[in-house]
Amino acid sequence: MSESPICFGLYVPPQPHPLLVPEQNEGWGQLRSAFDTARQRIEESDADLILVYSTTWPSVIGHQIQAHPEPEWTHVDDDFHFLGSMPYKFKMDSDFAHGYNENCGERGLHSRTIAYDGFPIDTGSVVALKLLNPDNRIPACIVSSNVYSNRAESIVLGKAARDTLQQQGKKAVVVVVATLSNRMFTEHIEPKDDRIHSAKDEEWNQKIMEFFGQGRLEDLSQLSREIHGQIRVQKVVAYKPVWWMAATMGQSNNYKGEVLAYAALHGSGGAVIQLTPTAGSIGDKEFDEDDVEVYSGDRDVLDKGMN
Amino acid sequence: MGEIVAGCIAPHPPHVVYADNPPQNEPNSEGGWETLRWGYAKLANKLKTLDYDALVIFTPHWQTYIGTHFLGLPHFKSKSVDPVFPNLFQFNYDLGVDVELSRAMHDAAKDAGMVTMMMENQDFRIDYGTIVSAHMLNRDWDKPIVPISSNRSRHYYSVEVMNEQARALGRACRKAILESDKRVVLVSTHSLSHRHFTTEPPIPEDMSKQHIYNHSNYVWDMKLIDLMREGKMQEVIDLMPEFTEQTMAETDSGSISWMMEALGMPDYPAEIYGYQSVIGTGNVVAAWDPNPETREVVL
Ligand SMILES: [Fe+2]
Repeated sequence: MSESPICFGLYVPPQPHPLLVPEQNEGWGQLRSAFDTARQRIEESDADLILVYSTTWPSVIGHQIQAHPEPEWTHVDDDFHFLGSMPYKFKMDSDFAHGYNENCGERGLHSRTIAYDGFPIDTGSVVALKLLNPDNRIPACIVSSNVYSNRAESIVLGKAARDTLQQQGKKAVVVVVATLSNRMFTEHIEPKDDRIHSAKDEEWNQKIMEFFGQGRLEDLSQLSREIHGQIRVQKVVAYKPVWWMAATMGQSNNYKGEVLAYAALHGSGGAVIQLTPTAGSIGDKEFDEDDVEVYSGDRDVLDKGMN
Repeated sequence: MGEIVAGCIAPHPPHVVYADNPPQNEPNSEGGWETLRWGYAKLANKLKTLDYDALVIFTPHWQTYIGTHFLGLPHFKSKSVDPVFPNLFQFNYDLGVDVELSRAMHDAAKDAGMVTMMMENQDFRIDYGTIVSAHMLNRDWDKPIVPISSNRSRHYYSVEVMNEQARALGRACRKAILESDKRVVLVSTHSLSHRHFTTEPPIPEDMSKQHIYNHSNYVWDMKLIDLMREGKMQEVIDLMPEFTEQTMAETDSGSISWMMEALGMPDYPAEIYGYQSVIGTGNVVAAWDPNPETREVVL
């Protein structure tokens, strides 16, 4: 795997609790420690870039790629505003963002770079970058999640990211910002009372973490539709982050997986997970979803044969 | 004794502000979406003739999962950049909030058993749905606003649950307003059908590229507007689950269900000010005037 452009991948939760109030709940503190461990490992790696895919940054006009060299603002979460403000100033790799945008076009995707003062960077990206790269030692890039996109677009979006890393000769730490089960409590809870919302969510979270722990990222990618149906509140059309992550990292099960922490975040499943490319594969599942290289738009199934 | 002097459906595609070129917005345009903007201007003129103290705005773009949130600070000054259309909307705002009314509605909702919270973080940024609708209805910004977050019960439960919860909130807000000494205009800010194109023309205001996403959404939008004209708002609210599912409508936030309940479920005709599609979505500007003396047939 010596030529892999990926140092390692991280799957981290978007909620602000580990950043703002880790001391209020043991699990939130464990997630914070895991973020700190991941930060240290990034510092020890030879990464040129931290590439973030955030499920809390929705887009409509294709995918958006953050290209502002130094975005700066003070962010406040819509729900968890009472936990505090999140001032940030990040360093972005604009060259990568522009290259990524071009490669999205090459693969049939609609995308654009954005670089606007005051652009509202989402909670998940702010939390991840503040905790994983507090001194901006390594430049970053963030890509959005299109609300209408499904598997083909998400996979092609990942491949375009990998193309860009290879073209620019850069090594990246790939960061996916997403919960496992995403159902939160719909009322206020005391920090000490936080727990996973339901036994079913807990069971599925454990199942997903078992796959992650065995490095079976491509298997999880193949299971994404099932995961969406079982434990995802249907806010968007599909559970996409693992599709993007697997495609970006190389569509295999060849990873050393490590669950650094797992805890409830207002009922949802928060985990900090690391996947490091290795040579051996454990995967044994039959892949039943086609691979896709280029996105060619909707297939207009509804209009066919209508005339 | 307070009073609700009007209710408005005020859609918030940032395109309408972008097309208007107000000094607060940084990008410049060559216009566009006149049918909506002229309709908005006519409704704004009508509001100028009404005596009211505040605009109460239920917004789909302050999305909360833990109950309904209300603003608890009197003044916000910052810049709003639309996360989806940042190229069109970078709006410098400086606005006042009627905290007394905000808190009264919060307390009434809480007393009625709803999960509520006051938002008291001064760094909080006001969402672009609130700003676009408030600007288009009152370009002078000379009235305080009271934004209300939209609880996403549609995702957590179902459209039916969303509809019922939003109506309960509407009843609580109505009670709070009537028990106050305020005269308010209610604003339900949203599109009707809400399927977007996922590409944007090189000139966003190129009006040769603007049309509804599909015919089905158009037919649904017209069905709703016909019912509004006929004053059949109970029927509109009863249809809300199906309409919302079928057209991916932005009514999923609960805003129209909230407003109709707060207005006491009008059985009189709506004033229709305009309908136009913006990047595939269907948008109507409409108002309900409880006073038959001033109620107009606009379109
Ligand atoms: Fe909207």
